[in-house]
Amino acid sequence: MTEPRSVGPPARARLRAAGLTLPLVAFVGFSFLFPLGTMLSRSVYDPLVAGALPETLALLEEWDGETLPGEPVFAAAARELETALGDRLAGRLGGRVNRVASGMRSVIVRGARAAAEAPAATARETLIGGDPAWGDPATWRAIRTAGERFTGRHYLRALDLDRDAGGSIVRQPEELRIYVPLLLRTLMVSGAVTLLCLLLGYPIAHLIANAPPRRARWLILLVLVPFWTSLLVRTTAWIVLLQTHGVLNGLLVALGIVADDGRIAMIYNMTGTLVAMTHVLLPFMVLPLYSVMRTIPPHFMRAASSLGANRRQSFFRVYWPLTLPGTAAGSLLVFILAIGYYITPALVGGSSGQLFSNMIAFHMQTSLNWGLAAALGGILFVAVGALYVVYDRLVGASSLRLG
Amino acid sequence: MSASGLRRRGAALALLAALGCSSGDGDAGSLTAVSWGGAMARAVNKAQYEPFEAATGVTIAREDYNGGLAEIRTQVDTGNVHWDVVDLETFDSLRGCDEGLLELMPDDLLGPGEDGSAPAEDFWPGTITDCGIGRIFYSTVLAYHPDRFSGETPATLGDFFDLERFPGRRGMRRSPLVNLEFALMADGVAPEEVYAVLDTDAGMERAFRKLDTIRDFVVWWEAGAQPPQMLADAEVVLSTAYNGRIFNAQVAENQPFVIIWDGQVLDFGQYGIVAGTPNLEVALDFVRFASTPESMARVSAEIAYSPVRRSALPLVTTHRETGVAMAPHLPTSPENMGRALVSDTRWWSEHLDEVNERFSAWLAR
Repeated sequence: MTEPRSVGPPARARLRAAGLTLPLVAFVGFSFLFPLGTMLSRSVYDPLVAGALPETLALLEEWDGETLPGEPVFAAAARELETALGDRLAGRLGGRVNRVASGMRSVIVRGARAAAEAPAATARETLIGGDPAWGDPATWRAIRTAGERFTGRHYLRALDLDRDAGGSIVRQPEELRIYVPLLLRTLMVSGAVTLLCLLLGYPIAHLIANAPPRRARWLILLVLVPFWTSLLVRTTAWIVLLQTHGVLNGLLVALGIVADDGRIAMIYNMTGTLVAMTHVLLPFMVLPLYSVMRTIPPHFMRAASSLGANRRQSFFRVYWPLTLPGTAAGSLLVFILAIGYYITPALVGGSSGQLFSNMIAFHMQTSLNWGLAAALGGILFVAVGALYVVYDRLVGASSLRLG
Repeated sequence: MSASGLRRRGAALALLAALGCSSGDGDAGSLTAVSWGGAMARAVNKAQYEPFEAATGVTIAREDYNGGLAEIRTQVDTGNVHWDVVDLETFDSLRGCDEGLLELMPDDLLGPGEDGSAPAEDFWPGTITDCGIGRIFYSTVLAYHPDRFSGETPATLGDFFDLERFPGRRGMRRSPLVNLEFALMADGVAPEEVYAVLDTDAGMERAFRKLDTIRDFVVWWEAGAQPPQMLADAEVVLSTAYNGRIFNAQVAENQPFVIIWDGQVLDFGQYGIVAGTPNLEVALDFVRFASTPESMARVSAEIAYSPVRRSALPLVTTHRETGVAMAPHLPTSPENMGRALVSDTRWWSEHLDEVNERFSAWLAR
């Protein structure tokens, strides 16, 4: 298709129109792009250790990484740690190095205290007197790694990789591999939820779109009322319904379908996660589908039958292709929302309910390792972006109809 | 305070004057105190906020949060501090102090105990840290509903892991915290050696192996309100739970729950002050006020958590609302301390990240 030659309003009017969008542009920039950028930059950039121990790190550059560094390195470290202690930075430094190797927090803090309070004849004796771990080259390697201003280690960790002592990239030991399996499981759960939403939402949307207007209003209300209800309330309602001594199991036992001691575990496992997430996300599938189906004239189907197609053929060759923009939009919405879910799986998911976002929340709120949280978020961002690109190739983003 | 801050303040005052408002607390000042919501916030409100307001004329704005340092970090990083005093888990208090998010507590802040002893002796060891003053002990205990057992009832931590004598599902918090300690103590490690054992690879392995034995029968909970609910609904036969929640269910909802104190893991909460608050003086006054033995004892009359000052324990008598004697319900009462462990927050603050990754991988296996 070619653009028609400019017949639009004159340049000034167009400028004014663009001016009206400025507040939105500024808002998006300020509330979305800027925080997103600063957050993502944390995943690769951390100047704290480099800023506090510049001299030590410069000296460590010439160090072989195997033997214990010499007295000048110890002296620089002792001096800079003492300053850091005075600036209330020692704990933060320790925290950062601790992320490279567990247990380093107290090594750093004790070293700093010793440098400030109990200097011995040599800086080496001072620090080792504070904590014997200063006599271990591993401590210095950890400091050197933590001192990288620009670092890829958060992304390595987020992909269950690590650097060994020689600096080459290796996989984490098996009991610590968590993020990749978790990402795969999250993608799987999101895919399953999307499929369930499509299977359940398609007939509902069709029913609403073809109902007489009065009834359609009521039906759409039935979709919207749960949509307006708090997420927590809906999730908790499923616990009441599905738990071992809950409504559904009670009904099954009362009807004699299952024995009293054979109640079905329907919650605190994958079943519970799928049921609750599907219910919570269903409106996001129904609404785009409905808005697309409403615009399909009913005589298309009649035309198909009059041309000899049976019901099945007319559905798959005429109706289904016409609903594709709604199907695609609904699926994309549900999938992207599902991939970031964590409250619902946390409450009803049991041991298998932990999803990727739960780990992001953990690193944001508990471990305060925002670098790793940002790297995990970045990976999720890339995964969703890749899916969008695939979608665009297959269906074309311009055909999206969000309702 | 910066010049622009002063100007902003001045502008705000001018605005108030122009509107003909008088704030009423202009002299005494104001304070934003942040607590945990629910029963805890109600208890602190009755026991500490209201008496402090009455005594000083300061207006306290109450806010709730769910733990963690994300909000405090955002406030400090953006220089827009509007929280002053916060109820912190020790874990957050230690990390917050390291990260410079909390004010250092002055050495001479606290008064003597009831018996005149110095604060350092009166407070339980370790409950005063650089940026935090201990408030209360809470405990993770085992609890059950007696109707779920026909014959023998469980009585020890070991019974929690005994699927043969006490079959059925168990509730546990979805976190390595406390659970690893439970596992080792149930495996025969003495409370005082738990962290030394955990510090070794073999000890860590041992804890996870013990958890392996009940893994398939565990229902994991996240929020403290879940265990009483799961016990009442027979979703689980036994659960780990916060003692205060179980107490609440016992006295307020007449649930016949039983607590097993054997192997309880104590943890304490602290007051911390957000770094850079403009109300530092009032905030320190409040912490001083809230850290007296009487004030701590008043909290324990509202909710079944123990004061962290030894001399405050004898001041606790009965539950204010129901008149129930509190002593049997408090974690630090001597009869409940038979085999008890005080959680080593320092150890956890260094190892949680790594252990949590391992725990998550174990859960997903």
